[in-house]
Amino acid sequence: MSTRLLFYPGCSLQRNARSYLDSVMAVRGLLGLELDEVEDWNCCGATEYVSVHRTAAHALVARNLALASLQAAGADTLTAPCAACYLNLAKTDQQMRDDPRLAATVNEALAAGGLSYQPGSLKVRHLLDVVCHDVGYEAVQAKVVRPLYGLKVAPYYGCQVVRPDPDGRWDDPEHPTALDRLLRALGAEVVDYPLKTACCGGHMTVIGPEVAYGLIRRLVQGATSAGAHVITALCPMCQLNLDAYQLEMNRHFRADYQVPVLYFTQLMGLAFGIAPAALGIGKEFVDAAPALAHIRDEAPEGAKQRRARRHRAEDGLPMPRMHAVEP
Amino acid sequence: MSEVTAPTGPAVAPLPASPTFLEEVMAATPGHCRLNTCIQCGSCGGSCPAGPEMDHTPRQLFAMIRAGMVDEVLRSNTSWFCISCYFCTVRCPQQIHITDVMYTLKSMAIARGLYREHTPSHFSLTFVDYVEQYGRSFELGLATRFNLRHYPLSLPSLAPMGLGMLKRGRLEFTPRRIESMEQLSRILERAKALEASA
Repeated sequence: MSTRLLFYPGCSLQRNARSYLDSVMAVRGLLGLELDEVEDWNCCGATEYVSVHRTAAHALVARNLALASLQAAGADTLTAPCAACYLNLAKTDQQMRDDPRLAATVNEALAAGGLSYQPGSLKVRHLLDVVCHDVGYEAVQAKVVRPLYGLKVAPYYGCQVVRPDPDGRWDDPEHPTALDRLLRALGAEVVDYPLKTACCGGHMTVIGPEVAYGLIRRLVQGATSAGAHVITALCPMCQLNLDAYQLEMNRHFRADYQVPVLYFTQLMGLAFGIAPAALGIGKEFVDAAPALAHIRDEAPEGAKQRRARRHRAEDGLPMPRMHAVEP
Repeated sequence: MSEVTAPTGPAVAPLPASPTFLEEVMAATPGHCRLNTCIQCGSCGGSCPAGPEMDHTPRQLFAMIRAGMVDEVLRSNTSWFCISCYFCTVRCPQQIHITDVMYTLKSMAIARGLYREHTPSHFSLTFVDYVEQYGRSFELGLATRFNLRHYPLSLPSLAPMGLGMLKRGRLEFTPRRIESMEQLSRILERAKALEASA
């Protein structure tokens, strides 16, 4: 049985992040998801439209919500794979719910196009949220035919999927764990990555590259020093900045980092036994092939032991411990 | 000797005080943004990935808003260096919608022509142009139009990336226009008119 969801792909997935779209489409059937694309959707405005026109920015987003609800026919979830699209759709819905004056104004604007939207009538959710919380880790694991044993992955969430989290979908805005659990379900080894929700620089790669290069270096360096073979992303902007701009960053700092960045759906597809080309693997700037060559047939013993060692005392909060120095 | 009497006249209601800049910013931000509750703790600036590049930390900026320093606030680069990472928003002990306040300040600066010629606002305006023309964003057009104007000397160094994007099928030469562009334009025009009359 499959679940029908309304689907908002967003502009980036049309071209720059085409491999994200390809991999989403390749795994959707195995996840039991039917994705019904919102017809004639428009750009969500990213972080730019709202910086220029406040009310019109909400109207721009609300047109998509209105079109989606016209198409709903029983489905109540609108999902987006892009972090910025997801957040814009979710925030306009939430702000229309919280601010009746705004809702009235936006609906008056929509009326000029013969549309309307009832705030709260759709649940706007990022695709990772749907996969982790609806499909579930067990169901994902059940589809794994080629576990990603031996592949060390840095789970990178970025900002806007987990913050500000208008509908309370995640366990923590700075140290979420859903993607970690999903990657483990695929058989991958998840490295400790304290920068998992640090900023990739967003549009700063274009308007203030020096700021962005510093942020990108921090993320890539963090993944490298944690021993990650690959960073996994869930947003086209993060992937673009960490992948394509990794080369620019290297040039800027005279560094030589080589960490490929793949979408979580691409890693899922690999574990489901789908051919890399069908998942858009090969379109990244930093070649992922050497990293993927680390995938083994057997689960590495070391990884199990390392995880098993991490237990906490049952009798209280974890505290730093002083060890007596043996003479 | 005539008595001095106080001038009398019809009772005059006190003039409604014009809204302070703080009130204006709060009213323009959706929902209750709680900006008036700022306790100047500085968690925002300390959390900001672009903080060191800002003319004023968010904390300073909020004090300036309260002090009514309209020009200085709207000319500051601070809101333009906000990358929308929402760290400050989730860490603020007063739950102020800081990122949303930054959006408000950017749009106010553009509306009053105080920041128009600067690089980040031009990027936003160029992006908006494409959306209003096609209903979708257009990466190649945005990148070339913006870089030609602001970083013409960097174009040769960006060429390898552009070619790399093309080679990998990650760039397209022509924008895609949505079918109901006319409907979208009417909606956006109405929204702008409503905001202007509010």
